[in-house]
Amino acid sequence: MELAIHTEVPESAPGLSVAASNPHKVTAKSVDVYYGDKQALKSINLDIPSNMVTALIGPSGCGKSTFLRCLNRMNDVVDGCRVEGEIKLDGENIYAKGVDVVHLRARVGMVFQKPNPFPKSIYDNVAYGPKIHGLARSRADMDEIVLNSLEKAGLLAEVRDRLDAPGTGLSGGQQQRLCIARAIAVEPEVILMDEPCSALDPIATAKIEELIDELKENYTIIMVTHSMQQAARVSQKTAFFHLGDLVEYGDTQGIFTNPKDERTQAYVTGRIG
Amino acid sequence: MYVTPARRAKKAVEAVIKGILITSSTVAILTTVGIVASLLFEAMRFFGEIPFVDFMFGTEWSPQTAIREDQVGASGSFGAVPLFAGTLLISAIALAVAAPVGLFAAIFLAEYAHPKLRNWVKPILEILAGIPTVVYGFFAALVVAPWLRGTGEVAGFDVSSESALAAGLVMGVMIIPLISSLSDDVINAVPQSMRDGSFGLGATKSETIRQVIIPAALPGIMGGMLLAASRAIGETMIVVMAAGLAANLTANPLQAVTTVTVQIVTLLTGDQEFDSAKTLAAFALGLMLFVTTLVLNVVALHIVNKYREQYD
Repeated sequence: MELAIHTEVPESAPGLSVAASNPHKVTAKSVDVYYGDKQALKSINLDIPSNMVTALIGPSGCGKSTFLRCLNRMNDVVDGCRVEGEIKLDGENIYAKGVDVVHLRARVGMVFQKPNPFPKSIYDNVAYGPKIHGLARSRADMDEIVLNSLEKAGLLAEVRDRLDAPGTGLSGGQQQRLCIARAIAVEPEVILMDEPCSALDPIATAKIEELIDELKENYTIIMVTHSMQQAARVSQKTAFFHLGDLVEYGDTQGIFTNPKDERTQAYVTGRIG
Repeated sequence: MYVTPARRAKKAVEAVIKGILITSSTVAILTTVGIVASLLFEAMRFFGEIPFVDFMFGTEWSPQTAIREDQVGASGSFGAVPLFAGTLLISAIALAVAAPVGLFAAIFLAEYAHPKLRNWVKPILEILAGIPTVVYGFFAALVVAPWLRGTGEVAGFDVSSESALAAGLVMGVMIIPLISSLSDDVINAVPQSMRDGSFGLGATKSETIRQVIIPAALPGIMGGMLLAASRAIGETMIVVMAAGLAANLTANPLQAVTTVTVQIVTLLTGDQEFDSAKTLAAFALGLMLFVTTLVLNVVALHIVNKYREQYD
């Protein structure tokens, strides 16, 4: 209940109305990102509520993926990438000195644009994260984690009898759900999704969207998407990025039906992008 | 359609070009067929004189057939086992040196080295591949072998002045660039998305390399190793200079051994008559060597190709 304190926060920011019941899981304060000399993100302020789906939308190159990758410090491995400002996860700055990136990424999982199962069995794909973080004490523990994660990712029924088959042999949609199961297995608090459906057909997409909707009960989900329909369907919050600026952020419904900024309106109605 | 002289000339040029190309490839193919056929027929002649089983399973090799009929040991014995054993011993030593060094160098270059460093180191490593084998040969015979012998004496081992170890070590250095460059290629071919996936789960760099990248690249790495092995088995110059001529059947790397290639060289250098079992034995050995490396190459290429398809 002590978390409820956070909910009283900001009315001051324009276009920013926070759902009353959810505290902020991730807060970004004046985040600047540079690739070499080029500035990719300009002074981003964004508070992301927990147990909701927040969609990041905007035209290609607007910085939405860059922002997503800041949240679990995946940009660390990119040469010449520099992040300034403050990103807090549960009130702790993840860019502070002494933060263990390994631990951070265990708390903030990620699902990528193209399904990228490892060339291992389905079981080993899911067991990979728990194994490196030492989450399972015995084989039985591991079995439980793997089966649970597959179940939560809605894949168990389809693969129960072939857990030893290679993960790469699944269909695209199944592979993506396997990647979600793999991320869940580490028991993260936040799941980042970078256009998780862009490589999938409509039926597989529908399944993933349904899954995302269920997952928000237990996880905070932040997803980048190119599909405005998808953002409208699955997210509660939407942030619109344009040319490195966060143009508008608010309830998804508001962004799509009553955008305050001209650029947002132009984008959601399909005039730019 | 109408036909003009110009059109006909074009067609003629096409025909000539096609003819040249076909001839060139035919020459290459016929040469190969010719060599294989001569190997086969001469080997058949050899097996007409020496039973195949004696050759394949005999453990004594002393092909020094006589110049005079009544000379001692005039019959010669053609058991090829010591030669193949020597070849395998030296190749195994070479791979034991080159496999880890080459692989680790490749991992360093592909995963850890800064691009600038990589641009420097890779060409330097590839210079190793450009050194003529004869240079490696006298390096092995004049530097490594005496050094091993000296060190062995100090440590109380009896190292012969021409040893499998010396030849194997130097041959290992020779095939390092082969392994490192092939491994480097397959490691680079592992998609970045695999690394991202692993890092995204909180894996460290070495965990990612050990548990994702190497398993993913393993078939390709194995293919590279097999190609290196076939190179080692067929290598001649280093072993001629450093491994010795005595056909010892031994597993002791400190002793002199001989290899298939060395024996072919000694059988055929100098003036020879081409109807004695001694010279014909070279063809039989050559055929065996050819078959072995061919099989290794085919298997290796198959593995490498299969691996390439995996991510396309």
